[in-house]
Amino acid sequence: MLIIKNLYVSTQEKEILSGVNLEVKSGEIHAVMGPNGSGKSTLAFSLSGHPKYQITKGEINLDENNICEETPDERARKGLFLANQYPVAIPGLTVQSFLWQVYKKRNPPKAAHLGGQVKNDSIMSLIEFRKWIEAQAKALSLKPELLKRGLNDGFSGGEKKKIEILQMLVFNPKYIILDEIDSGLDIDAIKKIAQTIAKVAKDRNIGVIIITHYSRILKFLKPDKVHIMSTGKIIKSGGWEMVEKVESQGYSFEN
Amino acid sequence: MTRFVSLKKEKKITSKEVMGEYKYGFKEIENNVYKSKKGLDVEVVKVISDIKKEPLWMREKRLLALEIFYKKRMPTWGGDLSHINFEDIYYYIKPTINVEKKWEDLPKEIKNTYDRLGLPEAEKEYLGGIKAQYESEVVYGSLQKNLSDKGVIFCSMDEAVQNYPDMVREYFGKLVPAGDNKFAALNSAVWSGGSFLYIPKGVKVDLPLQAYFRINSANSGQFERTMIIVDEGAYVHYVEGCTAPIYSSDSLHAAVVEIFVKKNARCRYTTIQNWSINVYNLVTKRTWVEENGIMEWVDGNFGSRLTMKYPSVILAEEGARGEILSIAIAGKGQHQDAGGKCVHLAPNTSSRIISKSISFKGGRASYRGLVSINKGAVNSRSKVVCDALIMDKDSRSDTYPTNKISEPQSIIEHEATVSKIGEEQLFYLMSRGFEEHEAEAMIVNGFIEPIAKELPMEYSVELNRLINMQMEGSVG
Repeated sequence: MLIIKNLYVSTQEKEILSGVNLEVKSGEIHAVMGPNGSGKSTLAFSLSGHPKYQITKGEINLDENNICEETPDERARKGLFLANQYPVAIPGLTVQSFLWQVYKKRNPPKAAHLGGQVKNDSIMSLIEFRKWIEAQAKALSLKPELLKRGLNDGFSGGEKKKIEILQMLVFNPKYIILDEIDSGLDIDAIKKIAQTIAKVAKDRNIGVIIITHYSRILKFLKPDKVHIMSTGKIIKSGGWEMVEKVESQGYSFEN
Repeated sequence: MTRFVSLKKEKKITSKEVMGEYKYGFKEIENNVYKSKKGLDVEVVKVISDIKKEPLWMREKRLLALEIFYKKRMPTWGGDLSHINFEDIYYYIKPTINVEKKWEDLPKEIKNTYDRLGLPEAEKEYLGGIKAQYESEVVYGSLQKNLSDKGVIFCSMDEAVQNYPDMVREYFGKLVPAGDNKFAALNSAVWSGGSFLYIPKGVKVDLPLQAYFRINSANSGQFERTMIIVDEGAYVHYVEGCTAPIYSSDSLHAAVVEIFVKKNARCRYTTIQNWSINVYNLVTKRTWVEENGIMEWVDGNFGSRLTMKYPSVILAEEGARGEILSIAIAGKGQHQDAGGKCVHLAPNTSSRIISKSISFKGGRASYRGLVSINKGAVNSRSKVVCDALIMDKDSRSDTYPTNKISEPQSIIEHEATVSKIGEEQLFYLMSRGFEEHEAEAMIVNGFIEPIAKELPMEYSVELNRLINMQMEGSVG
């Protein structure tokens, strides 16, 4: 379970989050909605451990470990995955070689009892992995040539978002935070991504936090809970009716 | 190669396995070899020439060069050379000095690097200067056999002076005369080792000539002299150096490389050097390119305290082309002053310089380049791209480009970018489970990829591994 307890976060000495509480069980999908500047992205970055955001109070418990003091890589190795709103480019690092490195990192060969390494049959070889990743890319309607290019280097907004999803599939997380994964995508892409996330979350029993402005993606994802965030707090939580309220009234209903 | 072979006797203690542990064998060399005193004077130069049993003309070239060396001032436009003490250097290094060394005596970081690069034991010992000599003759002999059928000559410069004196005499110093600069003068006076390569008309050497020189490189010492002549329509790719740090207790490396690319010929020269951190690496490399010839320098600089190296192409005849790909990595206490020079003398010539540098842990990387399009070189074009990556706030990068255009119907393009390694990039990769140093290495490897892909496969693999290690801070 991912438990966020009374979380206060500042950046550049300005308080952005002022006591966020949220509990996400494995297999649950939680939507966090809210207007610009309400602190949604700050929540995503603080969960992942971005150094620009300082946790001043509160706890983040990931499967009963408080991870507030941990670096982004330590949190990631505990199974936390952030799909970014604006994925950065790493020129020269090809997508396929990066994904392979992520895969190897997440699936180290099992150590034999004498300290040697034995082959784990469930681990793919490079060739198997390449085939698998090409199939996954195809399913997301990503051009296969993209896998041979530098990570996010010159990619369109939609391509970057799909690459995030591809990374998520390789990473095989326990908890996923999706920060506006739907922004800048056309409806077909949104549908495809949402279906992929929903399937993975169900099949692998993953806890999901999806941050979004819009209800479009939520229609495909069918969140278990919907939270409304405003000025650094979750001010309302509920079910699908919250989405409908936002659709009809915007965020003004909060007042 | 065996430039000492007639002068020494060797007794070999063979390696053996004891209790599952590999014990390092080493060679003992009896003390009947000349050992140069420290410092430089006429006597030292004469003795070098005597030992090599050189013809008079070479001896005279050396002595003349020594006079020029004395007269030339230290260059002050580049890195800090003020700590070089010419009196505290052996100008003719003997294997006997090295033989006293043991594996255990090598600096820890050098040993670690060799281990982690997975070099064969023999090569480790050799590069570490423990073995005076590697079993290179066999490899070298088979190479000779293979290529000599085509008329290719590939031997040490010392041997070339003896066996091909006419050719050496015609080309030696033609492109880099002793008067070119103080270190070219020094090299001309005391040079030893280096390679001589001649590719006859129309002969294309398909495989890079690399393994051979890899073995030779450390043996060729501090003042090697290399000469390559690629005759009309011929092709060769020559690879020098290796990514393992070349451990040298001597602090000055001053080499000269002269390359002649004839009509329609093509030469690629790849260097990856990783000198130990105490070394001043001051090298003059130059190519003369004739009609429609192509010269490509791929130059990678790691290690050393200070490197000053600017591979040059002189595009002497119509349609000649030159390309310089240079990469420099400067860590703690290091200054890499590297770049390239392209001089256009004839119409329709073209050149390109791509320079990438990385500075970290307080290192300094400078790009220094010259593009000169002389009168008459109409319709020539040149493009210079410099990218610098600065890893932290203590590190530094600078750019010193010089463009001279005397021919208005020509074009020079210049692009320069400086990027600091981004917190956002690091966070992005770390949020995928990579440790900070792994993330840094991924960014750096991506940055140098355009040059790494030009290297022979095993070099580019080693390059990546080396960068990973440096980012981890385990290499000096």
